[in-house]
Amino acid sequence: MRHLLSTSDLTRDEALLILDTAAELGRVTDRAVKKLPTLRGRTVVNLFFEDSTRTRISFEAAAKRLSADVITFSAKGSSVSKGESLKDTALTLEAMGADAVVVRHHASGAPYRLAHSGWVGCSVVNAGDGTHEHPTQALLDAFTLREHLRELEGRRVVIVGDVLHSRVARSNVALLSTLGAQVTLVAPPTLLPVGVDTWPCAVSYDLDAALEGADAVMMLRVQNERMNAAYFPSTHEYSRRYGLDTRRAALLADGAIVLHPGPMNRGMEISADVADGPRSVIVEQVTNGVSVRMAVLYLVLGARAEDSAGEASAAEAVSA
Amino acid sequence: MRVLLRSARPYGEEPVDVALENGVIAAMAAPGTLPAGDLDVDATGLVLLPGLVDLHTHLREPGREDAETIETGTRAAALGGFTAVHAMANTQPVADTAGVVEMVWRRGVEAGHCDVHPVGAVTVGLAGEHLAELGAMADSAARVRVFSDDGICVSDPVIMRRALEYVKAFDGVIAQHAQEPRLTQGAQMNEGALSGVLGLAGWPAVAEEAIIARDVLLAAHVGSRVHICHLSTAGSVDIVRYAKSRGIDVTAEVTPHHLILTEDLAGTYDPVYKVNPPLRTETDVMAVREGLADGTIDAVATDHAPHAHEDKDCEWAAGAFGMLGLETALSVVVDTMVSHGRLDWRGVADRMSERPARIGRLADQGRPIAVGEPASLVLVDPGASWTVDPGRLASRSRNTPFAGRALPARVVATFLRGRPTVLDGVIA
Ligand SMILES: [Zn+2]
Repeated sequence: MRHLLSTSDLTRDEALLILDTAAELGRVTDRAVKKLPTLRGRTVVNLFFEDSTRTRISFEAAAKRLSADVITFSAKGSSVSKGESLKDTALTLEAMGADAVVVRHHASGAPYRLAHSGWVGCSVVNAGDGTHEHPTQALLDAFTLREHLRELEGRRVVIVGDVLHSRVARSNVALLSTLGAQVTLVAPPTLLPVGVDTWPCAVSYDLDAALEGADAVMMLRVQNERMNAAYFPSTHEYSRRYGLDTRRAALLADGAIVLHPGPMNRGMEISADVADGPRSVIVEQVTNGVSVRMAVLYLVLGARAEDSAGEASAAEAVSA
Repeated sequence: MRVLLRSARPYGEEPVDVALENGVIAAMAAPGTLPAGDLDVDATGLVLLPGLVDLHTHLREPGREDAETIETGTRAAALGGFTAVHAMANTQPVADTAGVVEMVWRRGVEAGHCDVHPVGAVTVGLAGEHLAELGAMADSAARVRVFSDDGICVSDPVIMRRALEYVKAFDGVIAQHAQEPRLTQGAQMNEGALSGVLGLAGWPAVAEEAIIARDVLLAAHVGSRVHICHLSTAGSVDIVRYAKSRGIDVTAEVTPHHLILTEDLAGTYDPVYKVNPPLRTETDVMAVREGLADGTIDAVATDHAPHAHEDKDCEWAAGAFGMLGLETALSVVVDTMVSHGRLDWRGVADRMSERPARIGRLADQGRPIAVGEPASLVLVDPGASWTVDPGRLASRSRNTPFAGRALPARVVATFLRGRPTVLDGVIA
């Protein structure tokens, strides 16, 4: 795996390898020693054209736990915010000897462009691009689902909210369907993209019906501004029709879990008691995010290792 | 200067010798029967067509001479077989006054590679609010007849109505860039299943079709004529076909790229494929070919849109809209229309020269190949094949979507009123 740009690029085996590697790395870092020497001497650059504290911190923690050198460029207070182009920034990073660049960008396809334009030779990891994809979020969601449901094959996962503008939804639909889950998207028709009927999932406008007996529900953030662009009439109507409250959460199967990629709009798409309730795994998602990102960095950089260690497994790397 | 074209095949038909003198076709006779000229061109096997006329060219001068100039753009035009181009008004400053259109027209004359007919802006500054001085531009030395806010749609129905009415006084035409602005805010590519997957904001077909439907009805209502720029969808073809069947005075153009490329290319996220209107689906491509074949679409127009390297060497959303077209247009038409039997060479002459000249009211372009007619002509090698190398194009910009692609047919020579502008495939 040279780059991680989209979950739709992942085969089932590749996806499982990432998740298994994450589990392995997670177990090790649960122990007292939080740091592994695996990526010593490698440089990981976090290039954040869009502010996202939680994703940036998660990637930083992942890279540091693998002993990589980490450089972070964030939108605020750098040339990035002064309109320097993606290309120029990329060339700077290349000159600094980056082995992998983790990129968050407001333009869909920016990581793909970075990986395919010939501007840089390093590995590219998509940390969220526009309204396209957010593959590591989907991987950490799948990881979390697996921890609770064990097997994803045949499990029913409902994803609710602003699918149209959601990179999380796109990445999850592709990944979860690859892993054999049955995904149902629920949203007002205005917040579903044209052509969603061709996606590998079901679509419903009826949240109650979709939740009945489901194994997991993932609530997407809905921005209040969408109301002004006539996607829905009012936040009140939105939360009444598409919000997750205690009554609705009770429709889920026993042992079902509630996910949210954050940041949450409590009272809008999810009520506070559900967000903090027993089915909620929202805090675990954050922890799992670090393990999954460690696995991704390990695999994209490990795959490029040209030393004799070659295809060392994560376990070997861990024991080294 | 007397030029003799030996054994040229007008419209791909029987070979004749054609003599050009004093700007006109002086004689046509059986091969080997005309005396030699000052310049003899062996045209054996070559197809002779009236010089091509482009209704839609962005020459970028004044304002973006880093991307194209009238000199470089008209060189590209001549090499593509064009003897006249219509230079779009979205320059800096905008061509919305007699002063600017006369400047563009004069620079075209000075360059001398092909006729440059400035298009006048419909509204001041392309802002869509106040009519520009259309009459002054029509009366200027540039004799403007085509008016367009191209790049931007004249979306206000009242402004559009008034513009359609006003140009009747001097037989002008409004060339509409049909794009409902509210339905296309932030739009990046054709709206469909692919835009949903790629996460790129969609530019729905209905945003084009709704404006075309409105404007043909407006044209009918006020008894004026309207021209539709770069029609790109199957639905648009249907609407224009319907309007023509009702006797509405509407004409339409399609670009070479909409005849051959599809939206799939957006999957590369390479802005060289970013264009407005966007590349559409295979169904749309087949429909515009059909529309061009049956005459519903009157003309192929390039929408030649040069852009500086940095405006394309970036992420998709930051990339500028537009593609080069002048030097590849004829080859694309041969590839998509002639090779597949949809058009013969008479048809190519009609869609790329005669009808666009009529729409632009150019009296001495798009004329028949006959004695006494203007000697603005192009010689095409129909059997040639060439590979597009962006670095070898005459345009100052490199944003061709056909880089590395092999295309059929090559322009061998172009003549503007008897004078060669291109010989042996290079600027004369
Ligand atoms: Zn246009």
